[in-house]
Amino acid sequence: MQKITREQLIEKASELLANGTVSCVLGWGAGEFGYDVTPTVFKTAEEMKTGFVFSDFCGANFSKYLVAKTQKTEGKILVFLKPCDTYSFNQLLTEHRFDREKVYAVGIPCEGMADISKIKAICGEGISSITAEGDTFIVTTLYDDEPIAIEASAVLAERCVNCKSKKHVAYDELMGEDGDVLDSGRFDEVARLEAMTPDERFAFWQNELSRCIRCNACRDACPACTCEKCVFDNPKSGVENKSPANSFEEKLFHIIRAFHVAGRCTDCGECSRVCPQNIPLHLLNRKFIKDINEFYGDYQAGAEVGSRAPLVNYTTADLEPGEVFNREG
Amino acid sequence: MLKCSLDKIQNLFAEISKSAKLYLPVDGKDGGASYGEWSEGVEWSGALNTTKSPKDFFFPQTEDLMAFKTAGKSIEIIDTRSESEDFVVFGVRACDAKSFDILDRVFLSEPQDSFYAMKRKHGIIVTAACTKPSETCFCQTFGIDPASPAGDISTWKTADALYLQANTEKGTALLEKLGAILEECSDDAVNAQKEKTAAIMQKLPLKDLNTDDFGGGKTQELFNNPAWDELSQSCLGCGTCTFVCPTCQCYDIKDFNTGNGVIRYRCWDSCMYSEFTRMAHGNNRLTQKERFRQRFMHKLVYYPENNDGLFSCVGCGRCLAKCPISMNIVKVMKKIGGNKGE
Amino acid sequence: MNNANETLIPKIGVITDVRIDTPDIKTFRVVTTDGKKAFDHKPGQCAMLSIPGVGEAMFSITSSPTNTEYMEFSIKKCGCVTEWLHQAEAGQQITIRGPYGNPFPVDDVFAGKNLLFIAGGVGLAPLRSVINYCRHYRDRYGDIDIVYGSRSKADLLDYKEIIEEWSADAGVRVHLTIDNAQPDWDGHVGFVPNYVKELGFDTNKTAILCGPPIMIKFTLEGLIGLGFDKTQVYTTLELRMKCGVGKCGRCNVGAKYVCKDGPVFRCDELEELPNEY
Repeated sequence: MQKITREQLIEKASELLANGTVSCVLGWGAGEFGYDVTPTVFKTAEEMKTGFVFSDFCGANFSKYLVAKTQKTEGKILVFLKPCDTYSFNQLLTEHRFDREKVYAVGIPCEGMADISKIKAICGEGISSITAEGDTFIVTTLYDDEPIAIEASAVLAERCVNCKSKKHVAYDELMGEDGDVLDSGRFDEVARLEAMTPDERFAFWQNELSRCIRCNACRDACPACTCEKCVFDNPKSGVENKSPANSFEEKLFHIIRAFHVAGRCTDCGECSRVCPQNIPLHLLNRKFIKDINEFYGDYQAGAEVGSRAPLVNYTTADLEPGEVFNREG
Repeated sequence: MLKCSLDKIQNLFAEISKSAKLYLPVDGKDGGASYGEWSEGVEWSGALNTTKSPKDFFFPQTEDLMAFKTAGKSIEIIDTRSESEDFVVFGVRACDAKSFDILDRVFLSEPQDSFYAMKRKHGIIVTAACTKPSETCFCQTFGIDPASPAGDISTWKTADALYLQANTEKGTALLEKLGAILEECSDDAVNAQKEKTAAIMQKLPLKDLNTDDFGGGKTQELFNNPAWDELSQSCLGCGTCTFVCPTCQCYDIKDFNTGNGVIRYRCWDSCMYSEFTRMAHGNNRLTQKERFRQRFMHKLVYYPENNDGLFSCVGCGRCLAKCPISMNIVKVMKKIGGNKGE
Repeated sequence: MNNANETLIPKIGVITDVRIDTPDIKTFRVVTTDGKKAFDHKPGQCAMLSIPGVGEAMFSITSSPTNTEYMEFSIKKCGCVTEWLHQAEAGQQITIRGPYGNPFPVDDVFAGKNLLFIAGGVGLAPLRSVINYCRHYRDRYGDIDIVYGSRSKADLLDYKEIIEEWSADAGVRVHLTIDNAQPDWDGHVGFVPNYVKELGFDTNKTAILCGPPIMIKFTLEGLIGLGFDKTQVYTTLELRMKCGVGKCGRCNVGAKYVCKDGPVFRCDELEELPNEY
């Protein structure tokens, strides 16, 4: 359950709108069913009172939206950032992707977001309401006479199961208490893949990536993918494609993308969250992060603005290609 | 009405697959259902709907159209089409069954698309009535009754039996082949299920969503609605809605150099993509707002204008469930139509 | 199966002649492998040409339907397919399918009318088919005026044909203009829309416009200023196309598909469509 409430956020935003600190608010817009939240720009406190929502379904990372919104907006934009969002925020600043002066960042605590598909796996389809009570969701459906109680920890979004940090690494103002960087165990799954034989691993990814429908949602949601024109959208690139011409190409898309964001990916998990086919794309990126940590020492993209990522920072102590080649996994 | 006891359903599948390949929804490890080929031991998924719609069977995501061999200045065109074999798509929901009518009007109108037509000719659709629609379902907005699905054969699953009824010659022919497994029965169980489902339909949150504000001839009225700005403001420009949609039918034609000749293939395309309309000398839809608007205007105004008022949406709810930012046709209809659906 | 007709599967065409028209426009003469015309067409219709591995694109058929021997395409170099074609020599095979789209109403609406053709740059290409059709059946039409402009004298398409053939015809008046003055040019200098206004045509004509969107916009305004009604003005649109038969969903403007319902539109019909072309 989120410790901070919708009302507190509206109050904060109203205050900042009223005193002229910000001209608009990038927040979560309410949907039809309580869990279908849409990133929305609010211009007034009144708009927020009717349309703003903050709940356990506000997973969307707003950092990437700042790239486009700061170019179109007069004055500052108020953005609410959960701890993991602040890493993307910093990484985008490191890459000079938006003007920091046009943003007023309010850090908000996050207790982990819920995954509606996990709730539906328990309650089935036909949800009529979801209310949070303590660490429990009370779900009513069209088909059950009694409400169903679900432990929040059982339906945490995949990225939140292995939350890497409750600490905000960027903000102008913080609401609530800041947390710590966590020992997340987020590389356990990568280690499991590394322990496979190459054939097993190939079969694993073959199976996962064969479901890809090339909707590009992973790329379009990814805060590290901010190219003005993606090579995969450029007919002149020779690799532009809406759907794979053969089964090799669909793997290439994801592998090339993972290489492109290596060292810049903060492990925010948006790619896997938005994938309509539930492909665990974040594992590709985590493999790179784990390797970078092991080869060059621990490095967290976005932990600070302006850090030199190991992959773009040559030192004489860097390991030799042969050492990587000889390593297994 | 015919029936097959549920403990014999694997026998039924086995019998069907003797005469034709049988595809049905199966559960994936990822929690989503998708169509897979039946073989012994493959279980029919209990999921309400598959993540991807069954349009793939007739309009695959990628499909070879022809091949070319080139030598010097000459070109040879190789017609790679081949006669398809009969196949059965089992467990299609009423919404998806309706989507074939919508696709037919595009692909089977003159000049007929032979690739699509051939697969339609050989495909036998066996539908399955819904008993537990989701909160995201709004097929009734488009006049679809999920308890009475169309198709060559309609089926209803109860606690102990599968009830079957043929609607077409193709369906009758298939049921005749299954004779030994099926037994004649009354309509009572099916009628009882239909009544129960009808009562549930009245409880669905989107039950009052209607199309009154949409349809042919509304272009001028709706195109310049200021709400398009707000609705499209967070659209990522991905193709998720398009690719999970059972009625989206836009495609691209591309050439692929295999190193040993050229294959010309078509693949699904999305009007949400930035280069969808890009030409050498310009692009007539430069912003995401224009692309977003095109998708919904097509479904709610342009398509009905060209197709006797039929809307190009079946209310399956896939886009509601899958859009990364939860923006979808329901929100568009409520906002643009001023239709609160309540 | 293999005998079944499929519109997306093209025929082989052979380029039998390449004429350099302007620095960036060439005219390609195309026949089938047995030396015949690929198919019959009407003025204003288009064809899909492709080079395997490079791509397929829609082009207006420049030659008149009255030419029974071959088709011609005047093509400006501006994208992948056109760049490739510009390197092609006689004897090169390409693929061709069509005809696509609605033609100009030459046999009904235009019959007996005075015609005013207005073109800019490569916009003359689709109109050449209509002009030569009307010249062929000269007695079916009234006076013919042709206003044509381009950036420079060298950029005027079909210059030889215009001077030697069109200008020589009875009842055909050609008004040429170029954007900027140049030494070997003693004709009119200025943009097409202004020239149309200067010429000040009588409204007893049907106007047929083709050129860059900006030229069409201002020329249309000019014609309205001269008293023309939008129902008297026809134009032809171009949007990205893939299938050519109204199925791939790409070239629509509102509920109309340019490949199927167009490319020829009457200007009052265009007014009813959303401004997205």
